Amino acid sequence: MAEQQVLNKNEEQKPQAKMVTVFIMGQKYEVPEGSTILNAIEYAGYQLKKGLGCREGFCGACATVYRLPGDYKLRGGLACQTVVQEGMYLAQIPFTPAQKAIYDIEEVKPDISTFQKYYPEAFRCLGCNACSKVCPQELKVMDYIQAIMRGDIELAADLSFDCIMCGLCTMRCPAEMAQYNIALLARRLYGKYMMPKPEFLYKRIEEIEQGKFEDEFKEIMSLSPEELKKRYAERDINFKIT
Amino acid sequence: MTVKIPYYPGCTLKSTAKNFEDTARLVAGIFDYELDDLYRWNCCGAVYGLSEDNVMHKVAPVRNLLRVKEVGEKRVLTLCSMCFNTLKRANYYVRKNKDKLEVINAIMYLENTTYDGSVEVIHLLELLRDEIGFSRIKKAVKKPLEGITVAAYYGCLLLRPGEIAIDNMEQPTVMEDLMEALGAKVVDLNVKTECCGAYQTVARKDIVADRTNLIVEEAHKMGADVLITSCPLCHFNLDRRQKDAKERHPDFKPMPILYFTQLMALAFGFSEDKLGFDPHYVDPRPLLKERGLL
Ligand code: SF4
Ligand code: SF4
Ligand code: FES
Repeated sequence: MAEQQVLNKNEEQKPQAKMVTVFIMGQKYEVPEGSTILNAIEYAGYQLKKGLGCREGFCGACATVYRLPGDYKLRGGLACQTVVQEGMYLAQIPFTPAQKAIYDIEEVKPDISTFQKYYPEAFRCLGCNACSKVCPQELKVMDYIQAIMRGDIELAADLSFDCIMCGLCTMRCPAEMAQYNIALLARRLYGKYMMPKPEFLYKRIEEIEQGKFEDEFKEIMSLSPEELKKRYAERDINFKIT
Repeated sequence: MTVKIPYYPGCTLKSTAKNFEDTARLVAGIFDYELDDLYRWNCCGAVYGLSEDNVMHKVAPVRNLLRVKEVGEKRVLTLCSMCFNTLKRANYYVRKNKDKLEVINAIMYLENTTYDGSVEVIHLLELLRDEIGFSRIKKAVKKPLEGITVAAYYGCLLLRPGEIAIDNMEQPTVMEDLMEALGAKVVDLNVKTECCGAYQTVARKDIVADRTNLIVEEAHKMGADVLITSCPLCHFNLDRRQKDAKERHPDFKPMPILYFTQLMALAFGFSEDKLGFDPHYVDPRPLLKERGLL
């Protein structure tokens, strides 16, 4: 939103703002230089009902494919994060139909057999790396699928951690798998069965339940705002969590 | 001084054939070699694509060879016969077809380097025979494998096609020579280079059960106690499919199937818990105990 306001303001102040030519689904438009693809699409008059969400690069809803003049590569990006370039050809991908297995996380085992059962197509990976080429998060998509193929769930969870499920890899995969749903299973298995448990947290919960901090809490609640401010300013910020 | 040798594991060696990898590491360690896992690798391609112009199926193996070059190494060691075959054949293919290598490099444009055919693919058996040597192996034996008779089963992947064979295509002897160095009695198995049924094991268990029946029966006839292999797929077929072989052939007699590295580790004196016998369908322990080896 903030970005949009800035753009609008710029327009008011300098009506002669530099424009670039882009092609949205084959149709030519002049849009302000420096706009994101998303703003450019809206500037051109489209109202997106699908294919956008947070506008901040987190939700993964705004997958776009584009080409640049003189370059054969089909590139992928997030419309809300990618700035338009002169001569760009682009199209929004509103939705990626993707295979999604239904499983009960309480029932599945954290090993390779779970993937063989729910996502056998993962094992068809050719190692082409088309997925990594298009990933807007610059993830090693091929490598996380390869990790799954050898049962290394921890590595797969780690490599796919920043996946925002935009679906671009899935659209490019010659093995026709939905990498991001497969990786989601890996992260769920890792989180449920493999991640080290935070023992200190259980200990602290127990202490809270036993009322260890009740008196301290009551005392704080009884303080005046001035007293609270004083305490806040004087607090020890280097204390050790025990 | 320990020699670090770049090692391409392959998916199976990290899952169902972990016992093969673990015992190979022990064995290599005896001769001051350390299997150094490639920092990044992908599936070998699992079966070499036979059509000459299907470049896409050769990207996976070539990408692994590129990884070896990328870390400045000249050779890569494999354990799994399938990985060995796929990687070495892809290497042979790109060395012969520079135009195809160019296409593959173009597909791999995200990589920091290109591949040039410079890496050598070797199998552990070659390292043992050609670099370490059977006389050194013989000297390292602490518990000679006297009392058991071993038949070596090669299958196809280490020997065919001839351009990538690690030994004589029709009459290989490297595993027999190795077992003799360990003090075992060996027999020259007449079906040692025949097919185990390979991936038919998925859709046509019956075919593989019949192959297993034939191979194990021949080994019994020649007086063998155990069969050895270097291929996780042969191992799966010859071991697991004994159950199906028994159902189809009531006279079938079971036989333990071992990776050659398990017998090496045994001969070098490693304890039972290091030898990885738990995943075996036909448990080799009763036989090895009976012969005083465990
Ligand atoms: S891994 Fe796939 S779904 Fe996830 S962010 Fe990258 S391209 Fe999008
Ligand atoms: S695009 Fe598909 S086949 Fe190619 S490397 Fe990625 S997951 Fe594997
Ligand atoms: S709209 Fe959410 S990532 Fe672009």
